[in-house]
Amino acid sequence: MPVEVYFNVAISGLLAGLIYGLSALGLSVIFGVIRIVNFAHGEIMVIGMFFALVLFRSLGLDPLLSVPIVAVVLFGFGYLLQTVVIERVAHLADHYQFLLMAAIAIILISASLMVFGPDAQGAQLPYAFDSFQIGPLIIDKVRLYAGAAALVVAALLFAFFRYTSTGKAIRACGDNPAGALVVGLNVRHMYALTFGIGAACLGAAGAIILMVVDAHPYLGPEYTLLAFIIVIVGGLGSLPGAMLGGVLIGTSEALAGILLQPSLKSAFSFGLLILVLLLRPQGLLGKASQ
Amino acid sequence: MILEVQNLDLFYGDAQALSDVSLAVEEGAIVAIVGANGAGKSSLIRTIAGIERPRRGSIRYRGKEIAGSKSSVVCNLGIGQVAEGRQIFPNLTVAENLEVGALVPRGRPHMKESFARVYDMFPRLEERHGQYAGTLSGGEQQMLAIGRCLMAKPEMIMFDEPSLGLAPALVEEVFRIIARLHQDGLTILLVEQNVAHSLKISDRAYVLENGQIVLEGSGEELLNDDGVRQAYMGL
Repeated sequence: MPVEVYFNVAISGLLAGLIYGLSALGLSVIFGVIRIVNFAHGEIMVIGMFFALVLFRSLGLDPLLSVPIVAVVLFGFGYLLQTVVIERVAHLADHYQFLLMAAIAIILISASLMVFGPDAQGAQLPYAFDSFQIGPLIIDKVRLYAGAAALVVAALLFAFFRYTSTGKAIRACGDNPAGALVVGLNVRHMYALTFGIGAACLGAAGAIILMVVDAHPYLGPEYTLLAFIIVIVGGLGSLPGAMLGGVLIGTSEALAGILLQPSLKSAFSFGLLILVLLLRPQGLLGKASQ
Repeated sequence: MILEVQNLDLFYGDAQALSDVSLAVEEGAIVAIVGANGAGKSSLIRTIAGIERPRRGSIRYRGKEIAGSKSSVVCNLGIGQVAEGRQIFPNLTVAENLEVGALVPRGRPHMKESFARVYDMFPRLEERHGQYAGTLSGGEQQMLAIGRCLMAKPEMIMFDEPSLGLAPALVEEVFRIIARLHQDGLTILLVEQNVAHSLKISDRAYVLENGQIVLEGSGEELLNDDGVRQAYMGL
């Protein structure tokens, strides 16, 4: 095979990795601040995909343009989920949380099955088969747009946490919840905002990934697992780590597909996970715990 | 009275931490609460601050009942807290720590002046404004905790063991700062293991034992009380 092919595959893997990274950000933000392991991660993302699909079918809205809408609606969903449901188990032992989140995942899968049926459905974009040619490289238009959109949303999220007062207050709650009470932050509201923001990331990632992947109800667990691998590789709680992990996993899966076997691509990401756990258990950009 | 606590009971599960605690703080005064470790001093502060919920009793701030209110509400009334163990945000910068301290509604509109005031009081914090708070020395972290509290424009500050774990020179510094805040018109509620020092500067003091107030009086009276001298100052 000509060498350009490898580059083409690597670039398309990297672009997919940016979307994985955005989705993993959602997991990382929620875990980093509220210390909730969101086992319904992938399912919430699939809800975002279906929502973008509905907007595409009913209004003809390009998934790229539906990103803000889906993000805002899932923000509201996340905010309510935290205040109405999850908060009630926050003071209980971890396994109650796990069971609750797993239950929410099952409910979301079943709900999307009831509404959309079991078949894979995608958004047929008019530019689905267009591509850009840069020298010898060929990049799919949809993938480039999707990757760029994921990068923009991630950059907005970083800016929010770095420059806005609310972003700093949320980081403060994650850093030291006892200290947050001391300065009179409304921690309950901050946690709900955080879950909302995490869900909004998933909504954005779901809308974006609909450009390149067909939606179906059973995609959820796969994305949950993927996000866990990414977050562990990148470093739990590290936002840049989640993006880096996403890009690494995306690129290595794509290359594994062409170098070895497409069916072996998961083995590649798990291999990466094992390597990181052996050599740098806190993750690539994670901080070692005391 | 700026603060009146009456018949306060606090439980952690079945364990009683405070029992029938009553005290009063006059506006502009320094009031000390002394007692051994585990006597309930921090529990008392945390209950006034709205972090713990009392089972019984009343806490009135400027006549308004605040027992059981959330800490965000209490903080916004002007009751600041410099907590035990400082409770700063180690992975936020010094400036971010201060900013977060000013986010209660009463602090937010005055953020700029508050930054100027705190940096004027603690030039060291201005020098290190971009540094992560976790990299500061213990003394600097204590200054940051005090500065962060001031950002919310409090009228009364509750200090919980502010000198704990600090070198003697820094302990002096902390007491100087408390005296200065008092001169600026702030009301101070001080919990300290440094009994002699805190009784010396306080207008009124309470001795807490096993969750109960066992003695009260002016700072000077308690300083000359044989029981207090024996129990807490080893004299």
